[in-house]
Parts: sequence; C-alpha cells; structure tokens
Amino acid sequence: MPPEIMRPETEGQLADLIRGAIAPLSITGGGTRPWPGEGGGTHLDMTALTGVTLYEPEALTLVVRAGTPLETVRQTLAAEGQMLAFEPVGRDGSTIGGVAATNASGPRRVQAGAARDAMIGVRFVDGQGEVIRNGGRVMKNVTGYDLVKLMAGSRGRLGALTEISFRTAPLPPVTLTLALPDLDAAAAIPALSSALGGPYDVSGAAWLPGQGALIRLEGLAASVTSRAADLTDRLQAHGAVTEGNPQAWLLLCPNTQDPQADIWRITCRPSEAPAVLSHLPEPLSLDWGGALIHVRLPADQIPDLPHFSGHARRIRGAAPALHPAADPLTARLERDLRAQFDPRGLFGGDA
Amino acid sequence: MMQMPPPDPSVLSRRQAITDALNAALPGAVIQDPAETRAYECDALSAYRCAPLAVVLPRSTDEVSRLLRLCHELRVPVVPRGAGTSLAGGSMPTADAVVIGLSRMTDVLEISAPDRQIRVQAGRTNLSVSGAVEGLGFFYAPDPSSQLACAIGGNIAMNSGGAHCLKYGVTTNNLLGVTLVLMDGSVVELGGPMGEGPGLDLLGVVCGSEGQLGIVTEATLRILPRPAGARPALIGFDKAETAGACVAAIIRAGIIPVAIEFMDSPCIKATEAFAHAGYPDCEALLIVEVEGTPPEIDEQLALIRDIAMRFDPVEFRESGSDDESRRIWLGRKSAFGAMGQMGDYICLDGTIPVTALPRVLAGIGDLSRQYGLAVANVFHAGDGNMHPLIIYDANAPGDLDRAEDLGADILRLCVEVGGCLTGEHGVGIEKRDLMSVQFDPADLEAQMRVKDAFDPHWLLNAAKVFPLDVSAPRRDRRLNRTPHAA
Ligand SMILES: Cc1cc2nc3c(=O)[nH]c(=O)nc-3n(C[C@H](O)[C@H](O)[C@H](O)COP(=O)(O)OP(=O)(O)OC[C@H]3O[C@@H](n4cnc5c(N)ncnc54)[C@H](O)[C@@H]3O)c2cc1C
Ligand SMILES: Cc1cc2nc3c(=O)[nH]c(=O)nc-3n(C[C@H](O)[C@H](O)[C@H](O)COP(=O)(O)OP(=O)(O)OC[C@H]3O[C@@H](n4cnc5c(N)ncnc54)[C@H](O)[C@@H]3O)c2cc1C
Repeated sequence: MPPEIMRPETEGQLADLIRGAIAPLSITGGGTRPWPGEGGGTHLDMTALTGVTLYEPEALTLVVRAGTPLETVRQTLAAEGQMLAFEPVGRDGSTIGGVAATNASGPRRVQAGAARDAMIGVRFVDGQGEVIRNGGRVMKNVTGYDLVKLMAGSRGRLGALTEISFRTAPLPPVTLTLALPDLDAAAAIPALSSALGGPYDVSGAAWLPGQGALIRLEGLAASVTSRAADLTDRLQAHGAVTEGNPQAWLLLCPNTQDPQADIWRITCRPSEAPAVLSHLPEPLSLDWGGALIHVRLPADQIPDLPHFSGHARRIRGAAPALHPAADPLTARLERDLRAQFDPRGLFGGDA
Repeated sequence: MMQMPPPDPSVLSRRQAITDALNAALPGAVIQDPAETRAYECDALSAYRCAPLAVVLPRSTDEVSRLLRLCHELRVPVVPRGAGTSLAGGSMPTADAVVIGLSRMTDVLEISAPDRQIRVQAGRTNLSVSGAVEGLGFFYAPDPSSQLACAIGGNIAMNSGGAHCLKYGVTTNNLLGVTLVLMDGSVVELGGPMGEGPGLDLLGVVCGSEGQLGIVTEATLRILPRPAGARPALIGFDKAETAGACVAAIIRAGIIPVAIEFMDSPCIKATEAFAHAGYPDCEALLIVEVEGTPPEIDEQLALIRDIAMRFDPVEFRESGSDDESRRIWLGRKSAFGAMGQMGDYICLDGTIPVTALPRVLAGIGDLSRQYGLAVANVFHAGDGNMHPLIIYDANAPGDLDRAEDLGADILRLCVEVGGCLTGEHGVGIEKRDLMSVQFDPADLEAQMRVKDAFDPHWLLNAAKVFPLDVSAPRRDRRLNRTPHAA
C-alpha cells in the first residue's frame, strides 16, 4: 500500500499539518536517499516549498527553500560562476533540503568542508509545529547556539527544514586530475595522505576500482600547473603518476541499484583505513583521503571490523545497522534532544 | 549597565561546607583566598567583575568529572574558564559560582600527520597548538588576535574566528572532536573522523555554546599544511563606499583571498600616529592577503590589481618582500593598541551582509555624531564581521553608559540590515539582553531546550547568553530544588 502523502505549499501550512498530526511522519524531499528503516508513516512531502529567496553572488550568499531541486540550485549558481563548494551528490529529484538534512558532501570536503560548514542559516518547523529560525545570512555569526549544525544531517528527526542559507563559492577556472592507476585501495592511502599533507591545496583525494588513486587540483591556471608539477614529484615514490579522468569525481557515489547486496558507509581515520580494508572485499570507492569507504556486502551481513575510531553504517539494505552502536551517553543526549524538539515522537524513522 | 541575577543565598550560606568538599575532592587545586581569586573576577570585559565562591584548577578529565559531579550534587553553579580573554563577559563569575579553570591542562596528547589532526588538552593556548605542529609543516588555522593567550577550550566555547577565516573558516570548521564533561560529571566523546559522529551533530552545537552545555577537557583539531608563502597588498581609497565596492568586485571575480581587512580614516589616523606604518592618508584602506607559491601569489595579486585599478585607488602597494609585508600588516595589527592610546574603548563585533557596508558605515557615522562619541572602524571586510571601536572615558560619569547605548544602537543597525549581534566574540553578558532584537521568543526557546537536554538544572554559566527575564523561569526552577546535604 503506498504511503499517505501530505504536500504543504507554505511554511504556514506545514506548521498546521505538523501541529495537527496524530501519527508518525516521514519528512521527504526527492525520496532519493532514504536509509534502511526510514520512510514509515505518512510522508510529509517538502517538494512544493521551492524557490530562491535571496542570492547575492558578491556576498557569497544563497537563501533557498528546502524543496527546491538540487539541480535548480546548481544552475542558478553556475549562471553566476558559482557553486556549493561541498559538492553535494544528488540524483534526479534530490532536493536541497534533503542535501542539508543528510549533510551530503562530496570530494571537495577535504578542502572546503561539508554541507554543514557551508550552511549559515536555517528555518525549520519542529515537532510542535513551531517555526524556528537560527543563524542567518552572514557567514560569521556566533549569536546564540548553532542549531544550524544540529539540523545539518539530522535526517528529519528534529523538524522539517523549510529554508536554508548557504555560503557559496566561485567555480574554479581550471581543474586537473592526477591518477596513480597502479595502486589498490590500501596502497592508495599513504599516497593520498602525502598529497593532502603538503602545500598543494588538494580539492579531492579518492580511489576508484580500475582508476587507482585520484587527486584533484583546482584554481588559476598557472597555479594549478605549478602545484601539479610539485605534487607529481612528491608522489613518484608511491607509483607512476598520470593525468586522471576528470569525470571520475562524479562516480564516487556508489551506484545502489543491485538489490541483492547491501551498501555500507564507513568513516575512519585515514591511518586506520588499511586495517579496516583488510577485513573487507574490494571497496566501491574511497573518498576524503581514505576517511570515507563505501563497500558492498552480501545482504544482511555485518562486517567484522577491527577497532577503529569511526563507525560503519548500512545505508542500503533491509534493516538499519550501525557498528559500533552509539555509546549510551550520546544516545541519551540524542534522545533527550529529540524529546525537546519532538515531544510527541512524530518524526519516527530510526536508523 | 549589565545586571547579574542575585546570588543564590542557599549556596552562599553553605560556602564553608562547599569549599571543604572541593578541598577534600581535589586537595591542592582549590583557590579560595580572596587575594588569589582576584585574577578570576573578570575577563577582558573588565568593566564588569565579581568574586567567585572559589576557583579550582583541575589537571585531567577525571578531575573535572569529579568536580562537576560534586557541584551537581551540591547544586552549586559552575563557570568554566580558559584564559579569561573573552570580550563578552563569558567567563565572568557570579558570587555563588565555582570557577573551573583549565590553565593546568595544556598537554599535547597526540599528533598525526597522516590524519592531519592534533589532540590537546583544552587549556592549551591557540598559538601553541600551531607551535606543536610547525616542525611538521602544519598549522592550526583559526587565529584570533588573542592567540598568544586564549585557550582552545575558550575558542571552542566561543567558536572563535581570526583574520584568515575567509579561507579557512572559524573554530567549528576546524574541530574534529571533543571530550565533554557534562554537569552531572558524565564524560562523553563527540565528533569523530572528519568531525562526524554516528548521529546528530552534537559537536556542532557544543561549539559556540559559551560553556553552557559542558566543560570541554580535550579537543581534536584539524591541522593544515602550511602554505608556501603569503603576501598582502594595500589599497587606499578616497571613499569608504569605493573600498566596499572593490571588495565585492574581488569576490565577484572568483578570488577568495585569505584575508581582506578594512580600516576607516579615524582608525588609519590613530594607527599612523601610534605605529608609523606609512599608510596613505585616505578615507579607507584595504589589506588583501593571498597565499601560495611565488607564481601563484603573483597571479592572484595581478588580478587584484586589475580590479582595484577600476576603482581609481589613491594608492596600490603590493608587497615585494617579507619586510614590506610586515609594514603593511603593522598598522592593522597595532590598531587596537592605537585605540587604547585614544581612551577607553568598547569593541563591537556585529556582522553585516557585505552588500550593506556603505549603508552601515553611514549609519554608524550618524550615530557617532548623535552620541558625541568617536567610533573607529577596523574589520574583516570579506565576511562582513565589523569591529566598530567606541572611544569613551571610563572616568567621566555616565560615559560608559552612553558608550554602551551607542553600541547597542549600532548592533541593532547590524541586525536591521540582515546581520547579527556577534560574529566571533560571543554573547556572554554583553549582548545577552539584546538577543531579543535578533531572535523571536520561539527561536530563543529552541536554544534553551538544547541546554535543558545537556544541563537540566541550569547550573553551568547560566546567567549568560539568554536575556535574564527569558531564562528566569528555568534558572528559578533550580533554586526551588532542595540541595542534597553537603
Ligand atoms: C549514489 C548516492 C550515494 C549517496 N550517498 C550518501 C551517503 O552515503 N550519505 C549521505 O548522507 N548522503 C548520500 N547521498 C546524497 C544525499 O543523501 C541525496 O542525494 C540527497 O541529498 C537526498 O535528497 P532528497 O531530497 O532525495 O532526500 P530524501 O531522500 O527525500 O531524504 C533524505 C533524508 O533527509 C530527510 N529530509 C529530506 N528533506 C528534508 C527537509 N526539508 N527537512 C528535514 N529533513 C529532510 C529525510 O527525512 C531523510 O531522512 C548519496 C547520493 C547518491 C546519489
Ligand atoms: C586583545 C583581544 C583580541 C581578541 N581577538 C579575537 C579575535 O580576533 N577573534 C575572536 O574570535 N576572538 C577574539 N578575542 C576574544 C577571545 O580571545 C576569544 O573569545 C577566546 O576564544 C576566549 O578564549 P579564553 O580561553 O580566553 O576563554 P575565556 O575568556 O576563559 O572563556 C570564554 C568562554 O568560554 C567558556 N569556556 C572556557 N573554557 C571552556 C571549556 N574548556 N569548556 C567549556 N567552556 C569553556 C567560558 O565559560 C566563557 O563562556 C580577543 C580578545 C582580546 C582580549
């Protein structure tokens, strides 16, 4: 049976719907990225809340409603030679609110930070139907608590984002990709760390099967050329360095169509990645210098990993799974916060 | 004048029992002699001071945990303290509070070059974090001007910024994890690789929470490879608006310098008289700094020169050597010292959308004349974080009040044009009662609910950040609870 759907067209309607709700709600954007366990109850569809509220390229500021398609945002910015520096990954239908609510961040995170770092203001409706503003439209702001960060990546558990302010960035005039095609995933890690540890302003450090280690440089032409030469010298010790495929950066989001397999997302310190990888099949991709691993595992399998400082989560598959489980104190704080913002427990879906 | 709530009589009446219990818990770490607690009576907002009940200087997370558990049981308020350089009164005590100072917690716990991170105790100074990784070719990016003195724990509590944040971000963008001791003494690890924990971004809300959610005892910080070099250019203009337009044009052209600093003519005149940096006598000047290898720097400065020339500057001076760079920065770096020569000053910290710069500068000029107090402007122009300095005479009766009223009006103007009350110094007590200018009751309520989850009894630094009348019901709730026997 398809879920019941409510599609508010204004923030006021949204607040009324939440205030009047008596059963669990799943806030949905494009519905392109629910995690296992998400999406139960009535769908609160955000895609009618669209539009750019304010765009000042010379102030690097964009304010946009949450249901706006990511693609619209990309085109609006590109028309002025700008972008969202955190390189949000999306597919047809992804909304900017979904990007914010998942903190979805691409390869450039190593240089420019995550979605949370570019988010400078939010409006949202909490579980009591109250409209709350935090942050604003300026990039330097420490007035009161930073609920913007709390909402970034909160996956609809505290409230429904209706509007988000972003810091934008100029599109780089020149991009160059270097590759070390001979390296397997584990061998790529020291090469990526070496590149990120030197003065090359690396804007992407990843690995893909069949392509090897990938390193991206961006900026003004002369600058990219001189950094590429220096970096190539430094990397020779790890293997042959060639020019890489510039399209590779778009492939870092694993394709998730295979229904027979689960996909796991693992974050760790790059120095821990080789040990983590030794307990896994060949990964689908590495990103962020090795701090992010995507791997396909047989359905329902839990990976047997050594102790490491991050966590592993099943992002595709039947049942939610997180390893190691959140410690009891963190879990208590999250529960208490959710009880504060959503005392009736409307925003259920637990992953 | 800022008011503080009256101290809790039920705490004051138990003073002896409380200090006895602290001494028993942590012998040798407690300071209670009024002569010695004097140094803890205020922070850099020194017009306001108050002697605390006692000061305790723990050495480890475990000691902080024991102290907080004890204070929690006794229902004694606590004020966390780093180096006491807050300009907002954030670390000023109340008479019924125990100050927990982290000045003995300065160790480096781990440095990892492959992971580009360092872990330190939170009492370590900002500058000495960079110092610890310098030899490896790294630095810690957030660089508040107080970096020689201020502590990482204070930086995290205030989400401090610095001159280079246009490129590198502020503290929250460079923080990967913390060990946080909650008011009940429990210890929690927040963050993780890339700053990510498994669930809600609790690290993100702890950063900038002004010591109201817990005490940070250890922090993992992102370190960055030191750029090959940096060089500034100095550009003088005969109109402030032109300088503002030039900033917009540089950013519009796709160049993000590491720093764009702005000084207006009162500020230029004062620093010239004080530091003799050789600045042109003009209405406004910009210092624009770029980074990289020599060819990269040349490429960027050439573009900036082309843009600046379109605005007909009275001077464009590009640094060609380390010595010239030093001279260009000399005036900017001595600006606050120079103002100190002119009298006492209040340093404001509002942020505005950079597009509102001309309007705000004109508005500040009008207000300055209206109040009869001089205001000099020096600020981070790339990100709109203004630092208007109001010059007053602390010995003239009523002058401080007038200066504070002028400051409040300037901050109201910042909010009116779409900006905010504070860009990097924090709210503390200074901007506490202006919060309702920027936020609706529901917005403040949402923030206070976060504190309810972390510190249900409102014992940690409770008289800060929220307007006193707004936080009163929550603070008073605490007073009605019967404390356990000491
Ligand atoms: C192949 C691929 C892999 C990806 N991998 C990851 C990954 O590993 N981790 C990751 O975080 N992202 C990942 N993303 C990116 C990202 O999650 C999505 O592309 C996109 O951001 C989701 O947008 P959506 O509108 O479809 O969101 P939806 O799929 O509709 O929602 C995603 C989540 O956000 C919440 N949400 C949506 N809108 C709102 C709102 N307005 N207010 C509050 N909550 C809201 C939902 O409740 C849900 O929890 C990946 C994307 C692709 C294409
Ligand atoms: C000359 C001068 C220049 C300055 N320049 C800048 C600047 O460029 N940029 C900028 O952002 N700021 C600047 N400041 C302000 C100040 O230095 C910062 O706010 C700094 O981060 C405060 O650090 P501190 O260790 O001195 O903290 P304190 O003043 O001791 O405390 C500040 C706040 O943090 C809390 N706190 C302290 N330690 C902890 C902890 N371990 N856990 C939890 N809470 C804690 C306190 O309770 C208080 O609320 C300047 C100050 C001065 C005096």
